[in-house]
Amino acid sequence: MPITPTHYMLLSAALFIIGVIGVMVRRNIIIIFMSIELILNAVNINLVAFSSQQHNVIGQVFAVFVIAVAAAEAAVGLGIILAFYRNKESVNIDEMNLMRW
Amino acid sequence: MQHIWIIPLLPGIGAAINGLLGIRYFSRKTAGVIACTMMAAALGVSVMAFWQMLGLPADARSVDVVVAQWIPSIPLATHTGVVGMFQVPWGFRLDPLSGMMILVVTGIGTLIHVYSTAYMHDEPRGGVARFFCYLNLFCFFMLMLVLGNNFLVMFVGWEGVGLCSYLLIGYWYEKKSASDAGKKAFITNRIGDWGFVLGVFLIYSTFGTLDFRAVQNAAATLPVETMHFGVLSFICLFLFVGATGKSAQIPLYVWLPDAMEGPTPVSALIHAATMVTAGVYMVGRNAVLFSHAPQVMTIIAIVGVLTALMAASIGLVQYDIKRVLAYSTVSQLGYMFTAMGVGAFSAGAFHLMTHAFFKALLFLGSGSVIHAMGGEQDMRKMGGLKKYLPVTFATMMIGTLAIAGIVPFSGFFSKDEILFRAFVANKAIWVVAVITALMTAFYMFRLMSMTFFGGYRGPAWEAAAGHGAAAGHGHGHDAGHHPGSADAHAAHDDHGGGHGHGPWHGPHESPTPMTFPLMALAVGAIVAGFVGIPAAIGGGNAIEKFLEPSFTASAVQLKLDATEPNGSVRLQPDESAAAEHEESHVSANVERGLMAFSLLVAIAGILLARKFYVTSPEISDRLAGQWAGPHRVLSNKYYVDEIYDATVISGTFGAGRGLWAVDRNVVDGVVNGSGWFTMISAWFSGLTDRTVVDGIVNLVGRICEEGSFWFRKLQTGLVQNYALLMLFGVFAFVSIYLFMR
Repeated sequence: MPITPTHYMLLSAALFIIGVIGVMVRRNIIIIFMSIELILNAVNINLVAFSSQQHNVIGQVFAVFVIAVAAAEAAVGLGIILAFYRNKESVNIDEMNLMRW
Repeated sequence: MQHIWIIPLLPGIGAAINGLLGIRYFSRKTAGVIACTMMAAALGVSVMAFWQMLGLPADARSVDVVVAQWIPSIPLATHTGVVGMFQVPWGFRLDPLSGMMILVVTGIGTLIHVYSTAYMHDEPRGGVARFFCYLNLFCFFMLMLVLGNNFLVMFVGWEGVGLCSYLLIGYWYEKKSASDAGKKAFITNRIGDWGFVLGVFLIYSTFGTLDFRAVQNAAATLPVETMHFGVLSFICLFLFVGATGKSAQIPLYVWLPDAMEGPTPVSALIHAATMVTAGVYMVGRNAVLFSHAPQVMTIIAIVGVLTALMAASIGLVQYDIKRVLAYSTVSQLGYMFTAMGVGAFSAGAFHLMTHAFFKALLFLGSGSVIHAMGGEQDMRKMGGLKKYLPVTFATMMIGTLAIAGIVPFSGFFSKDEILFRAFVANKAIWVVAVITALMTAFYMFRLMSMTFFGGYRGPAWEAAAGHGAAAGHGHGHDAGHHPGSADAHAAHDDHGGGHGHGPWHGPHESPTPMTFPLMALAVGAIVAGFVGIPAAIGGGNAIEKFLEPSFTASAVQLKLDATEPNGSVRLQPDESAAAEHEESHVSANVERGLMAFSLLVAIAGILLARKFYVTSPEISDRLAGQWAGPHRVLSNKYYVDEIYDATVISGTFGAGRGLWAVDRNVVDGVVNGSGWFTMISAWFSGLTDRTVVDGIVNLVGRICEEGSFWFRKLQTGLVQNYALLMLFGVFAFVSIYLFMR
């Protein structure tokens, strides 16, 4: 059975939903962070799949950009988490309510 | 003669030097020398100017000097439209009248300055400089008064001499009576000045100029107000009110006797010789104006002669040597006004001059007596001083003979001229004036008798004979013991410095700087009359001819006022004066008879006084007992001060209190009421603010607050909640997009 774009999209959708659910339900902020990475990778799979199918390299270039942005985002996000941990001795997202009224 | 403005300036400089530097730095001697030098220099300039003026022809003796513009030209509009340009220069005019006055002021002023150096010698150092500063300042203003060629410059001097009079009367300001007397003099003068100012205003609005000559020439063209009381009469009346204040006439004479609280040289200079004659001078200066208001002239004559009589009668019973002289001055000023009132302007001015000599002499003599008695002023404590004070006695006797009107002393000629002119004008006035002359002779010889003749009645002194015990004691006591003498305390202050400390060595002749002016003035008192020997007894009456141009709207100035229609002025000579002149020729015999009569009257007065106070002193006591009532009235000066107290002064006080009550109740009430009203309305305003305005604001706030209660719950701060909502939103929009497509 050849691997068609449908399969890629199914895989991508599955990853995306797993990521979204992870973001929604988990309390540990690092897990949430990892879930976000999943969402981004789901996007990447989509981009690369369509690029290969349509013989257009732009999609792969986009994927490379997304990876770069994800790396930058991870760096910033982990910095924030570290700072937060030093203040609160915790990585529980329920305690991140400083912006509340 | 173009430099007559220097004459007032010199004493002004002296005053400035002594006032700015002298009080702190100069010794008594330096201060005195500076003041005397300035006065002597002024005298020198005056004499030179006068001499040059004598060199001019009789009808050209008038020199105007404008030093500077004071008020620049401004258009002057009256009810008849713009009548010309109004301007006031610092202008001075030397004419016969002002020439005579500057000689009197600087001459007698110089002598009195010299006298003061000795008289004030016991004062503290700064006090002497202050005294000379005031004295020089007085001469400055007095000379400005007499030299000014318009009413405004005269007014500067007029007010200035009043100020200096105030300062000098209150020279011993620590003494309550002296400072009170100063205030009384000043305030009384202010009342007169009010009239003077009104007169000047009226002149300004009537004639559109304040220059004396222009006013006289303009007035000469107006009809004589015989029947009605027109604007000229009002001008003259107001000016005369000013004169009554300055020259101590009824009803404003009350300040002059009190002014004797000042040092005696001041009394001599200001309150006898010069300042008090300013009113007479002013009337003479405006002779044309006054002769056009015959009704006012009558008033002046009546007031003058009544003042003369009243003051002379008070002088009969006073015991304070200076007060006798003060009332005598008031009385003599009354004579001068009588003369002015009957149109005998030259006679009045003549008497002014002779009076300046003999009255200054008498005052300085009395100062010498007071000096000799160690500050005593009560004549009952004097007596027999003739042998102790020979020079003072001789000179005062000359002065007394002059004032009594004995031939050939100066007072005789001037007083007889007045009496004769009064006789011509009105017999009733003449009768009163003759009675006054009798009284004058009487009280002056009473003064002389009580002071110089008879036995010594004063306190004992420390002499070789051994009265030692009584000396200091007796002297110290006198001060507080005079019954009825208002200036008992003067005993200390007149002479506080010197005799107060050491024992008093009895009456003694004064030092040369005091006797020299006495002798000089005595000479003046003898010879001053010779310039006015009337034609009836072979004289030329030079003074009258000399002064006449000052009293007429002369045409001398035609060349100056060529634009003014002055031609007619000359054609209208003073009819009354001419008529009287005519009459005086007719009645030379009458005049001689009157002279003899008044001489007899004077001698009668002298003999009477001699009988009462020298030969048989008990008569005067017996008379005083018999006529207790009149005597008491006279001793209390007709109760005029009390009447003024009861009417004018308490009226003023009452009005003041009434106004104060109005102020306190009505004005303060209105103010407080408005304050109260503001407070109440502010309270209501605050209430509205608190409830209504704040209520609205708070309501809005509350609504926002309550309304936001539910919305606020959405802001959980939990990122996942937000993400979930976002997810729902995305789903919703995508669903809508898909379904609605």
